[in-house]
Order: sequence, then C-alpha cells, then structure tokens
Amino acid sequence: MSDIADRVRKIVVEHLGVEEDKVVENASFIDDLGADSLDTVELVMAFEEEFGIEIPDDAAESIQSFGDAVAFVTKAS
Amino acid sequence: MQGLMNGKRGLIMGLANDKSIAWGIAQACAEQGAELAFSYQGDAVKKRVLPLAEQLGSNIVLPCDVGDMASIDAMFDGLKEHWDHFDFVVHAIGFSDKSELRGRYVDTSLDNFLMTMNISVYSFTAVAQRAEKMMPNGGSLLTLTYYGAEKVMPHYNVMGLAKSALETSVQYMAEDLGKQNIRVNAISAGTIKTLAASGIGDFRYIMKWTEHNSPLRRTVTTTEVGKSAMYLLSDLSSAVTGTVHHVDSGYHVVGMKAVDAPDITVDKKD
Repeated sequence: MSDIADRVRKIVVEHLGVEEDKVVENASFIDDLGADSLDTVELVMAFEEEFGIEIPDDAAESIQSFGDAVAFVTKAS
Repeated sequence: MQGLMNGKRGLIMGLANDKSIAWGIAQACAEQGAELAFSYQGDAVKKRVLPLAEQLGSNIVLPCDVGDMASIDAMFDGLKEHWDHFDFVVHAIGFSDKSELRGRYVDTSLDNFLMTMNISVYSFTAVAQRAEKMMPNGGSLLTLTYYGAEKVMPHYNVMGLAKSALETSVQYMAEDLGKQNIRVNAISAGTIKTLAASGIGDFRYIMKWTEHNSPLRRTVTTTEVGKSAMYLLSDLSSAVTGTVHHVDSGYHVVGMKAVDAPDITVDKKD
C-alpha cells in the first residue's frame, strides 16, 4: 500500500470514525462509510490540506470513493 | 485582558464546523466569559454543532431554518426557556444556488435571486425583530459580509448584491434600534476557506490573489475575525453602531496589483 493511500485512509478513518479495514478501494464515502453531504466536502478540504494540493470543484464532485480519492491525489501531487 | 464578556449571553447562528467563522467568534466570546447558545439547520449540521457547543460549555442548541418565520419563532421560544433576556446575536448565514456562484451575474434566475435575498439578507432583519424583544438592557447584533458587496469579485454574483443589501440593512437597523441601545454592525471578513466558501467558483485563486495583494500580504484566520467580532459584541465598542468593519488584512483599500505580487492566473485543467 502506497504512502498516499495510507495518508488518505488515515484522514477518512479519523473524519468518518470508521474501522480501518472498511476503507477499501471501492468503499463509497456516502453508501459504505456513512458520510453525509458535508462530510464529502470536508474530506476534500482535508485532502487539500494534507497534500498541499488544489482539488477543483468538478474534480471534488467526482471523488466518491476511497479509490477515487487516492487516484486523484496520486495524480495531483 | 480577561472576562470582557462576563455575564453576557449570546446566540450564535450559522456555525457549521470548526472551520466556520462563527466558530472563531464563539471561541473568542467564550474565552472572555460569554455564555452561548447555538442554532443550526438540518441534522448534518446538528451533528457537528453539538460537540462544538459542548466544548464551550453550552447545552443550548436549537434548530432554526431562517427561511421559515415559524421556525425562527420556535427557535426564540426555545431560547426563552433558557434565558429571559440576552445580549448579542452573531448572524453568520448566507445561501445561494452554487450553480449561480460561477459564470455571469446577469444570468441569475428570479427564484435564486429571491431565495438568496431571503436567506442572506432578510433573515438578519427577522432575527433582529425577535431579538430586540429579549434585549431590555440593549445589545449588539453582528452579521458577516464580504468585499464583493462593494466591488465586483469573481463569481460572487448575486451574493454580492445580497451582501450590499445586508450592509444597508445594518445601517437602517442601527438607526431603528439605537434608541434601545441595541447596536448593529457587520464584519467584512477576508477570504477564508470555509464550507460555505467551497461553493464559490475559483475560490482558491481569489484567496491567493488577496494573499499576494493585501497590505498585510496574507489571508486572515477565523481566530482573527473572532477577536474583532468580540470587540463589536462587547462593551469595548459601546459607541460603535451601523458600521462595516473590515477584517481583511487591509485588502479593501487596494486599488491595483501590488508591484511585488506575482502574476497569477486561474489554473484550468480542462
């Protein structure tokens, strides 16, 4: 598991208060991890802060799962 | 200085999470001894407000949809169960359809225009109407505005008109309520990355630009807005009313790009 995935997972676990082993590649923030609409915005803001990147609104809307987030951050950083 | 707000009670409206400007204000007031109540809209926000209120020793957390006058009445009825009078209100509420906070103002729809004015402007007036009845000894009402009310800022669009109207309502209410020693002011805060700001197009570009070009050459924090708000809510500002106080690293005085500021442009990937 890459360093980026570990850091993204840590943010997701801390923010949503879920078990680490639930945060798998296809885990949807809303459907599988119990996120509400504000959580998804807060997660994107947390990723930006952690990785010092900018996630434009269009991209933010497409980040629906743990895998989406890791893929975006990997590409952007 | 300590205890500047000892014995004062205040209602904080518009706290969403710990990045909120309302959180910076609530913390600054609580630090100086104020007793606080909070209103929220919807369960997603409630979940976030409850622990934050608890952190500041508050157990008064009330639902309120400011678009619904009956809901505002119900919130004040709930507040009266705890307090027979109180001293200040922080109104940190605004809303507009995100899809119209990009592109051209001129394309604004009537529905969104009216909704934006209702939630972002009238709600402060509606709250003032009810708050004055619970302020027999005077009080301080504070709202949040933005420079986009005065000058054109990218994508701020109909929200700019709403903030202009909000600032004008501060002046009229300052006159109306002044005889009761109720003061009404606004803080025009610099760009801060909050949940609400995430709805504004190219927000990071706007933040960077103001960071490079404001006299202090930096953005502002919610803690800094909180300190200035505490001044306007406390007796330190006892003769201040009807004003819009800029807490923006001085950006509102700037006429053009600073000579030492880098040329930046919006980074469009598409």
